[in-house]
Amino acid sequence: MIKIETREINRYIIVDIKGDVDLYSSPQIRKVLLENIAKKVSGLIINLKSVSYMDSSGIATLVESLQRLNEYRGKLVITHVQGAVKDVFELSRLDKVFTIVDNESDALKVCNVEVN
Amino acid sequence: MTQPIIEIINLVTYYDSRKILDGINLQIYPGETVTILGRSGCGKSTLLRHIVGLSHPTDGQILIKGSDITRLNEEQRLPTLKKIGMLFQSSALFNSMTVGDNVALPLREHTHLEEPTIQIMTRMKLDQVGLSGFEDFMPAQLSGGMKKRAALARAIAMDPDILFCDEPSAGLDPIVAVGIDQLIMKLKKAFKMTIVVVTHELASVFQIADRVALMDKGKIIAIGTPDDFKNSDNETISQFFNRIPDPENIDKQEYLNSLIGNSK
Repeated sequence: MIKIETREINRYIIVDIKGDVDLYSSPQIRKVLLENIAKKVSGLIINLKSVSYMDSSGIATLVESLQRLNEYRGKLVITHVQGAVKDVFELSRLDKVFTIVDNESDALKVCNVEVN
Repeated sequence: MTQPIIEIINLVTYYDSRKILDGINLQIYPGETVTILGRSGCGKSTLLRHIVGLSHPTDGQILIKGSDITRLNEEQRLPTLKKIGMLFQSSALFNSMTVGDNVALPLREHTHLEEPTIQIMTRMKLDQVGLSGFEDFMPAQLSGGMKKRAALARAIAMDPDILFCDEPSAGLDPIVAVGIDQLIMKLKKAFKMTIVVVTHELASVFQIADRVALMDKGKIIAIGTPDDFKNSDNETISQFFNRIPDPENIDKQEYLNSLIGNSK
């Protein structure tokens, strides 16, 4: 069962995902990401700390989000990419395409967001 | 102890009165590559068709991740079969559809993914098999090796746990065949898939197999590593691995009977 929670910091949406990202859960994640993109948020920070499995549909969902954010220069930053999820990113050579950082604090720095 | 991902127990199949599979027992473990080797007509492709649920056995069990697919109806076994990829000997691409639509087909048929996700996944899969940019081509515009790669992209479209390949090198020149073997190994490493390859190509066996199951007349007569087989002094194994043809021992009466139509 997937759990998706969102938080907002200075027009950036942090998306915390818990569970496996697969053919069944990807559409739910897509819905959340595209709803926020439709609001023209400054960017999305995707936290994969509690994701131990992601299949091609999950990667494709992130690619589509990146493409849509690029249309208005919104940002997409992914944090906590590890283990099998990291392997899938590397295999797809998308580790070169996405901005991937270690944690939320680094993601906010990349987005030039100052947190008091 | 690791449980087998595939377990075949005493599988028997007849086509009419002819016994094609004669008590097959085989265990395949997660992450390993097993080649099923044997002469033409020994039953290896039939065995594969049974494991993927395309044929029904006369007797015996086929457990995939613990679930006996021979005892489930089509609807019940669908969740198991969705995580299985199959590369057919003939590639089996639909000639009336583009390469991209062929790869997207299982995703459109078996998932609720939105079309933009499917389109991106299709391009990713084609990229993984070295066919980036070929999604709008028709199968007839591809070479034999490219068709095989496109079929492989379709076989892995659903991110399968288990990939079955029926004679992946059949009809390909040796260099293209090696390329397909290497691609299968790359995908195995990347996706940690269990792979079962039916072949009679020895070069392919030594390149990809962790274990080999040798079939003869509907039975598995030996299982071991490629090196076990190479060093075996078993007559049938030795004949196969040293490429020795059958001796021409003709029973005159039996041969005559077969020509005049009196054979049993």
